Amino acid sequence: MDFRTLFEPKTMAIIGVSLHNDRHPANVIYNKNRFRYPVKVYAVNPKGGEYYKEKVYKNIKEIPEKIDLAIIAVRAEYVPGVLEECVESWVGGVVVISGGFSETGRHDLREELIRIASEADFPIIGPNCLGIYSPSHIDSFFLPSERMVRPERGNVAIVSQSGGILVDQMVKYADQGIGLSRAISIGNKAVITELDLLKYLVRDDQTDVIAFYIEGFGKGEGREFVNMASRSPKPVIVMKAGKSEAGSRAVSSHTASIAGDYTVFSSVMKQYGIVEASDEYEMLNFSEALSCYPKAIRGRVGIVTASGGHGVVAVDRCNKSELEVPPLPEDRQEIIREKLSNSIKTIASIGNPIDLTGSAHDDDFVVAARQLSLIDDIDCVLILLLPYLPEVTSDVGARLSQLYQETKKPIVAYVPHVEKYMMIIEGFQLNNVPVADSIEGAIMMVEAMKRCGQC
Amino acid sequence: MLTDEMKAILEKSRGTGWVLEPDAKKILSLAGLDVPEYIHATSVGEAEAFASKTGYPLVAKVVSPDILHKSDVGGVAVGISSDEQLREVFDGFSKMKGFAGAVIEEMLSGVELIVGAKNDSQFGPVIILGIGGIGVEIYKDTTIRMAPIKKEHVPSMVADIKARKLLEGFRGSEPVNMECLSSMVVGFSNLVMDLAPFVESIDLNPVMCSGSRCVIADARMILNNAQE
Repeated sequence: MDFRTLFEPKTMAIIGVSLHNDRHPANVIYNKNRFRYPVKVYAVNPKGGEYYKEKVYKNIKEIPEKIDLAIIAVRAEYVPGVLEECVESWVGGVVVISGGFSETGRHDLREELIRIASEADFPIIGPNCLGIYSPSHIDSFFLPSERMVRPERGNVAIVSQSGGILVDQMVKYADQGIGLSRAISIGNKAVITELDLLKYLVRDDQTDVIAFYIEGFGKGEGREFVNMASRSPKPVIVMKAGKSEAGSRAVSSHTASIAGDYTVFSSVMKQYGIVEASDEYEMLNFSEALSCYPKAIRGRVGIVTASGGHGVVAVDRCNKSELEVPPLPEDRQEIIREKLSNSIKTIASIGNPIDLTGSAHDDDFVVAARQLSLIDDIDCVLILLLPYLPEVTSDVGARLSQLYQETKKPIVAYVPHVEKYMMIIEGFQLNNVPVADSIEGAIMMVEAMKRCGQC
Repeated sequence: MLTDEMKAILEKSRGTGWVLEPDAKKILSLAGLDVPEYIHATSVGEAEAFASKTGYPLVAKVVSPDILHKSDVGGVAVGISSDEQLREVFDGFSKMKGFAGAVIEEMLSGVELIVGAKNDSQFGPVIILGIGGIGVEIYKDTTIRMAPIKKEHVPSMVADIKARKLLEGFRGSEPVNMECLSSMVVGFSNLVMDLAPFVESIDLNPVMCSGSRCVIADARMILNNAQE
């Protein structure tokens, strides 16, 4: 299925626009797309008439243009009828925002929707979902523009069964400076499932990393998903919710007892190199790291810091994640000490971690990181930057980022995420180096590369 | 491919919902997996005849469609060393519910492993490998892979087991024959792919692994009741 027309439509119909309620989901969607996105938007309501002087069409068939994407926000029982009309009018595809299907016991309506889709080979996202956010193209979320936090355009696509989790995750991605290519809420996924979107996103030229929030797969779908994901040339990240095993279920064999649903899920993801995030924070850090470096590493980390404590905490966390912190060759240690500024030459502790001390200059960070990058036994450099030190300047992020261009060895940085350090953070991020807001987050970024089977 | 003999066993076990141990072992041996030398004895005489042929020590396990977990009801006797002991054990078994004879088999030594399978609703057949015995669910020292499994996947499975040192030869004990273990896991995984429409889960527990063999000492095959 080609979703391009759904994600980048030229024409869009919003079905169910109220003539007088601006807060109606259909109205919110109509207004935000009309004012903010490069798409021609048509309002549909069986009553017809006008909405703020714009014509409201009684029926999708009345619209004089072919519609690429229709957003349906009418009561569930009217949805099948509206869908039939969309099919007859050669609409490219639809998003059904409306709830009131199988989640409220109306399995018949769900079946009807599936029947229409399969007979006409017609793409339907939803029902009971927010639909598509495709930066600089469209936004079908019924959340007023002024209330939403929108990540910038980027290369990470998120597919989520839950709309709420998706919006929440978008707030966090925006805060962390991670850009999105697509965000898709699939709700009850009656027709279009994770599998269809994975198949499309693997080919989508706007997307380099594909992240999923999954509550559960349909029968046998998990097997198809991993088979497809393991052949993806792009990293695939999954976060699973609903992990607790149904303890009351009578189990007759040891194997069935041990291999509960989530245990199997997690094991199979690992087997196929699909990066499982255990929570939203991991999802965030994994996404950022893999969006910068779709690159597999063995996980041998060289650490630069200006505080002994940061170094110790980082090494502990590396051990926990089974990342190696290899010792530095003697000759390399000599070279590093030789190149450091005079003020720290004798007090810096040169090992792994390299502790440059609180008197470190930008140059010292660059020297240490470059030398670590040149060591074959190290495949990732972790920079624990203390932006409050007197000799560290706002240039340090941009300068350190250039090292990746020079050596092609991934660099991951930790900088506290507060407003006054933004120039350093952006110095890294705008030059494609990921920056975590904690030491732990930075190590998650390294882990993501280690665990990525598609990198 | 399932043979007709295998299909016949599955068919006849449908009423019970699971496959009796001797029948399960028959299926496994037909698939080329190593099972101990055993008989399904329905009388003391048959048991004694087997003993005089193979010699002691022996293991005896009750066969009953009413007893799925034999050791929970005292239905397993190991280290039987005389005719007298054998008679005594057999006599005890014969009083158990649903008694349909006993499996008498050679006594095996080695590390006790579990090799299992489950037909998962989302992922289809998966294989588990880990430390076996009655403490399986206490230690939970197992690893899971989606089947089918190839030979080159087995070392990573072994590496996932926390107590893998027990397999590598611990404090002077003989290391487990990895070639045999690997053939067992791969052969079992292939069989499971064929059995998938019929089974819910399978325990091969314990599989006794030594320096020379990996033998399935006990097997439990739970059928999928949705399959009519």
